[in-house]
Amino acid sequence: MSRPLAGAPLDRVEGPAKVTGQALYTADYDRDALAAVVVTSTIASGRIVAIDDECARGSAGVVEVMTHRNAPRVEARKASQHGSHLFLLQDTNVEFDGQPVAVAIAQTFEQATHAAALVRLEYRAQRPEMDLAAAPRFVPQEIFGEPADGRRGDPAAALAAAPVRIDRTYRTPTEHHNPLESHATIARWDGDRLTLVDSSQWAFGVRDRIAAIFGLPASGVRVIVPYVGGGFGSKGQPWSHVALAAMAAKLVGRPVKLVVTRPQMFAWIGHRPQTEQRIALGAERDGRLVSVVHDVLSETSVSDEYVEPCGVFSRDLYRVPNYAMSHALARLHIAKPTFARGPGESTGSFAMESAMDELAYELGMDPLELRLRNFSERDPYSGKPYTSNHLRECYELGAQRFGWERRNPQPRSTRNGATSIGLGMAAASRGTFRSEARVRIAMHEDGTVVLQSGTIEMGCGSPTVYAQLAAEILEIPFERVRFEFGDTELPYAPLAAGSQTSGSVGSAVVVASRRLRDELSSRGGRVPSGGIALDVTEGPGDEEERFAMQTFGAQFAEVEVDCDLGAVRVTRFVGAFDCGRILNAKTARSQLLGGIVWGISMALFEKTRYDLRTGRITNANLAEYLVPTNADVPVPEIVVLENDDVHVNPAGVKGIGEIAITGVAAAVANAVYHATGVRVRELPIVAESLLD
Amino acid sequence: MNPFRYVRVESPSAAMTAVATEPQARFVAGGTSIVDLMKIYVESPPLLIDINALPLAAIERRGDRIECGALARLSDVARHADVRAFLPFVASALEQSASPQLRNMATIGGNLLQRTRCPYFRDVATPCNKRVPGSGCAALEGENRRHAVLGTSERCIAVHPSDLAVALTALDATIHVAGTGGNREGAVRDLYRLPGDAPHVETTLENGELIAGVALPLLPYGTRSAYVKARDRAEYDFALASAAVAVDVREGIVAHARVALGGIATIPWCSAEAERELTGAAPERAAFVRAAEAALAGARSFGSNGFKIPLAKATLVRALELATA
Repeated sequence: MSRPLAGAPLDRVEGPAKVTGQALYTADYDRDALAAVVVTSTIASGRIVAIDDECARGSAGVVEVMTHRNAPRVEARKASQHGSHLFLLQDTNVEFDGQPVAVAIAQTFEQATHAAALVRLEYRAQRPEMDLAAAPRFVPQEIFGEPADGRRGDPAAALAAAPVRIDRTYRTPTEHHNPLESHATIARWDGDRLTLVDSSQWAFGVRDRIAAIFGLPASGVRVIVPYVGGGFGSKGQPWSHVALAAMAAKLVGRPVKLVVTRPQMFAWIGHRPQTEQRIALGAERDGRLVSVVHDVLSETSVSDEYVEPCGVFSRDLYRVPNYAMSHALARLHIAKPTFARGPGESTGSFAMESAMDELAYELGMDPLELRLRNFSERDPYSGKPYTSNHLRECYELGAQRFGWERRNPQPRSTRNGATSIGLGMAAASRGTFRSEARVRIAMHEDGTVVLQSGTIEMGCGSPTVYAQLAAEILEIPFERVRFEFGDTELPYAPLAAGSQTSGSVGSAVVVASRRLRDELSSRGGRVPSGGIALDVTEGPGDEEERFAMQTFGAQFAEVEVDCDLGAVRVTRFVGAFDCGRILNAKTARSQLLGGIVWGISMALFEKTRYDLRTGRITNANLAEYLVPTNADVPVPEIVVLENDDVHVNPAGVKGIGEIAITGVAAAVANAVYHATGVRVRELPIVAESLLD
Repeated sequence: MNPFRYVRVESPSAAMTAVATEPQARFVAGGTSIVDLMKIYVESPPLLIDINALPLAAIERRGDRIECGALARLSDVARHADVRAFLPFVASALEQSASPQLRNMATIGGNLLQRTRCPYFRDVATPCNKRVPGSGCAALEGENRRHAVLGTSERCIAVHPSDLAVALTALDATIHVAGTGGNREGAVRDLYRLPGDAPHVETTLENGELIAGVALPLLPYGTRSAYVKARDRAEYDFALASAAVAVDVREGIVAHARVALGGIATIPWCSAEAERELTGAAPERAAFVRAAEAALAGARSFGSNGFKIPLAKATLVRALELATA
């Protein structure tokens, strides 16, 4: 091949199928399966004292109503601290509003929906704890295998001695992921063998947890994951409905399909927790940071501990000798929070990068200059060198494209009548990692290649980019490589989250393709009769011991504020990113663009609104839980620094899934300050944030 | 939704006959509201009477008014040449309503009878005096960011959601009503009832009455008008506050003014106070601010919705500035 294939902006292979409705998603399968609809609790704390399902049972088409009285006995408790307690109708406890309390099973979805509405429950309710500030706090043992607290130097003393100080509290609300494809599961039992079709970010994770729930060996469960219409973290683990579908199928002895409704997408499938973050910065008058303190409080549920790791963002970015982070949790009567795109970074960067902007104003220094002065050549946490770090170029190129140097630093300096223009920026940074992945590669006699991996495709471009990688290495046309995915019968792949898939599966593809190339070349380039197949397992090497591995970015926002109406519109946006190697410029751009759009959404729109007296969500729909329309977002300009990272992994990629949302909300908030002189420290920025 | 019967009628008299047999029946036209409410069990009519086949979709100019059949779709009215030429603020209110898809389905008759988006009204697991009389109002001390600051009672603070109704209130449009006892006319301004002690009784329509059409008078100063809508996002969102105004300025003095507010009141809010404040004044910001203060003088905050008071004032001032620019 004369041109490099990997990186080329090829159209996604499944694109025509998706835009013509030919591509099948979970709910499109098994049209003959019975329909199951979950009944949810209408209290947030208490016990079920009575269930009347007589009307539901008598309703047209109803096959069964599953409650704690007749549900199969299963293991609902988590096996490890990182697992989630599931709500599988094993008892009468209610821990949050929207908890599954029954399942109606009928011939059609409509019949099951109606039957679910006919199930009457009586509760003994207690007043739920819903107040983050008032709830008792505790310190979690760890955050994802790392200490929840971190410290270097003497941050308190350094802060007290610093000539310039900022000490502020920032708040981010509960947000729900809302992928357009709602969660769905189809369960079919053949004797003791269970087959699930599931909308998931991790087929193998579903297999193992469901096997444990039913006391089966992993080999007794097969999980098929067709195209996934977005996950963003909410499909990273099997939530209660996956097991409930399997339980329902067992109870009625027939295949059952369970589709989570849009209101239920706010119920038990995870969310980004609300946070309250204190940031204290101490600096010299020349802008050099001498102390950073980041104290994080976030919500978790009654039975589980999910920590929003906001502190990791401030820990790993700037060169600062004295640093402390802490994470505390408050138990509320809510569903378990979970990872949501940029967990820790999306929320933590709002606080830290807003505080950096406040410090810049306190110092009378350009916010970009302040960040350059605190640029860290090495990872400030571990002291290790980076596998690659092009944050400076991100600042420089982003600022250039954006026209940052034309900015008058004075707030409210660009005002015309009621309209004021503001420019703001923020840094983005996020660690990268990979996990073990397996790949099978086979070349047929006709020279076509089949790549197999049990990973999934949720819009990121798996079937396209891995075929590109293999085609490049094998020096064959891209069209001759087919990628098969989404099945636990295929080689093992890790959770598609944490921006790790292309580094993990991609590296396995690279290694497998190279081995196949070498094998062919040792055979004189001829494919043996019957073809040739190789299995490859590729996992992390010693790179984590030798290096710090980090993606970077710089975000620049222009806002137009109608100061009379308190209305903010983002009118221009530039994001510049250092993500290592890009596998497909088109799908990468789409993913980065999506991250920025979600960041704008975080800044201006998204908030799950609870009734704090009852714990019931009042905007569990897409009419009142706002996400941006096309009119709300400009077309962001994406700058990608194409840099091969030779240390990070064989694929050379650092991941693109989450860096683009990081820092966006802060850049917007900083631009709002520049436009109005009003510092908004609580998201989302809405009319009442700006009106007295 | 609960099972229901469905009948499609071909004439107004057939519609009247059908509704006479079943007092709990509901009419359905675009279906963008009633079907939605049936799915969430807020409405459970035993009978749906489909009126889409009635000859009520025409929009035509007749003398000093534009007659719109009740079945005219929002998008059709918004792009009608005479509406755009003579009553641009009505077209603007329609174009800022809902989404293009909804505007293509929703009818103007149905839009006037749109139900509130109060989350407690729409959630059968919570108390709501509008849905279940006497059950209480969960919004009073609950999540009430989007609720009303004007026209409220101790029983209900739900906002009327229509943009069109605000513009038609400013315009003082007339509705044609078909009923089992014959046809009548009435002012849009008289259609809505304050919640008072009976928030479940939302309009002055008698049981079985059907809005057959809306007459839009060609207000002589209808082009000196504006509809301004403040909302959280730029499109496809309900108003946090809106203002429909038309201002007749003669020799540097406001001779007549029409002012209606939306998004902040339990009904489309006609502000005679603001109109009085403007009449006889020079069309300047100071007078607009006085008018806005007068319009919101009786406003009351319920916790999270206090920002609507300054927002509504700013929205009205902006509308008056645009109308007189």
